[in-house]
Amino acid sequence: MKPVLQVEGVSFAYSRRVRALDRVSFAVPAARFTALLGPNGAGKTTLMALVTHLFRPSEGTIRVAGLDLARHSCAALARMGVVFQRPTLDRDLSVRQNLRYAAALRGFDRREAEARINRTTERLGVQALLERPVRTLSGGQARRVELARALLHEPELLVLDEPTVGLDIDSRRAIVDHVHELCRSDGVAVLWTTHLIDEIREDDRVVVLHRGRVRAQGSPAELMQATGTPDLTAAFGRLTSD
Amino acid sequence: MTAAHLARALAGIVGRELLRFWKQRGRFFAALVRPLVWLFIFAAGFRSILGVSIQPPYQTYILYEVYITPGLVGMILLFSMMQNSLSMVYDREMGSMRFLLVSPLPRSFLLLAKLLGGVLVACLQAYIFLAIAWAWEVRPPALGYLAALPATILAGLMLGSLGLLLSSLIRQLENFAGVMNFVIFPMFFASSALYPLWRVKEASYLLWQIAMANPFTHAVELIRFALYLKLEPTALLVTLVWTAVFLAAALYGYNPERGFLAATGKGE
Repeated sequence: MKPVLQVEGVSFAYSRRVRALDRVSFAVPAARFTALLGPNGAGKTTLMALVTHLFRPSEGTIRVAGLDLARHSCAALARMGVVFQRPTLDRDLSVRQNLRYAAALRGFDRREAEARINRTTERLGVQALLERPVRTLSGGQARRVELARALLHEPELLVLDEPTVGLDIDSRRAIVDHVHELCRSDGVAVLWTTHLIDEIREDDRVVVLHRGRVRAQGSPAELMQATGTPDLTAAFGRLTSD
Repeated sequence: MTAAHLARALAGIVGRELLRFWKQRGRFFAALVRPLVWLFIFAAGFRSILGVSIQPPYQTYILYEVYITPGLVGMILLFSMMQNSLSMVYDREMGSMRFLLVSPLPRSFLLLAKLLGGVLVACLQAYIFLAIAWAWEVRPPALGYLAALPATILAGLMLGSLGLLLSSLIRQLENFAGVMNFVIFPMFFASSALYPLWRVKEASYLLWQIAMANPFTHAVELIRFALYLKLEPTALLVTLVWTAVFLAAALYGYNPERGFLAATGKGE
């Protein structure tokens, strides 16, 4: 089966002196949770900016559902839902107004938009928040609304850039559980960046990024075996020790 | 992507701008105070000092407040569109701009739609100001209000495109104070908004040359002539050309491959 996201030999530099990514390659299969694990400054957010077409790579290709992101960006982005590291909801508007705006950008008419908003918010347990202004939501509630917004158009690929930053433990756990459940039930391919190892489960795929390069990839068990370490924390420490 | 998709997205983006405008109406009233102070106080004070001779598009001697009204419409557009670009920098820092840019639509379309939303809000403000000015006895021909609409929209597009370009160049929100000092104030004061160009020429030939090179001068003249049911071809041409230049540079600035944001990592 073809991967939903395929990153091949991607490099990116902000300037001649600052090379943020160096020939990065990995794949995200359908119905799998793939964690892009790296310490701060590893290049995770830059990679997310490339995957979401905010920047273009200086070398290499990114394919979403087989579509070259550089040449078919609209069709590729239509298959993708994105949750950014920092909140991107409009704080002046209500949750419903934010979701209607997102639905309009995806081209849904009013009736279809309302049906999808109701369905998605109910599923994520945020339907009661629909009329609330975003500025009155807690961090965890806002994150779930952002997740609902990313799922409105039922994407094949869900990209989340450190979505649990700033959340309390319960909210973090709830978000991690939700997204794992989405993988299983809906077959969504997930790319989740993090530096928190406790967000990764044993059946996830892990891509370790350090100093702009992929250091290892595979299941947690494979990484432990390759590094000869007893757990993923130790494996990660060894892979990013230089 | 279909025409219906584009139309819904355009309605969504413009609707969001109008909604934000409605939610922040306190800021709108505050923005109206500035031109009204000029109209009610400054113009009244200078009425006897600044005589305005018969110059096209006017067919008779006019009061100074009549002269500066189109300039104040330009002022509203200038400040509103710069405010719009400030909100783009804010949106970029806060992330909502990023959400817009990952939509499955051409980036140029998204930026143009956002620009159009800002222009509509600015035009609404301009026409509310014109209604107040009407009550203050500044009364161009009734059809002039209609004729001035495309001129106001074009002037708004030019200033909005400049704002869009500036927003792609500005690294942080704090740097926006520089825009006020180096762009907005020089553009406004070195123009025909407050004084007729022939008076500027009498006072300083250099300032007149600067005013003639200033795109804002031509935007104001375009609105002034349109309000009195006349077309100023030079003003129209200059405004169109600058709109195209600013817009092309702004779209370049937001290009993910070649733009200023990609070159510096500001989009991050």
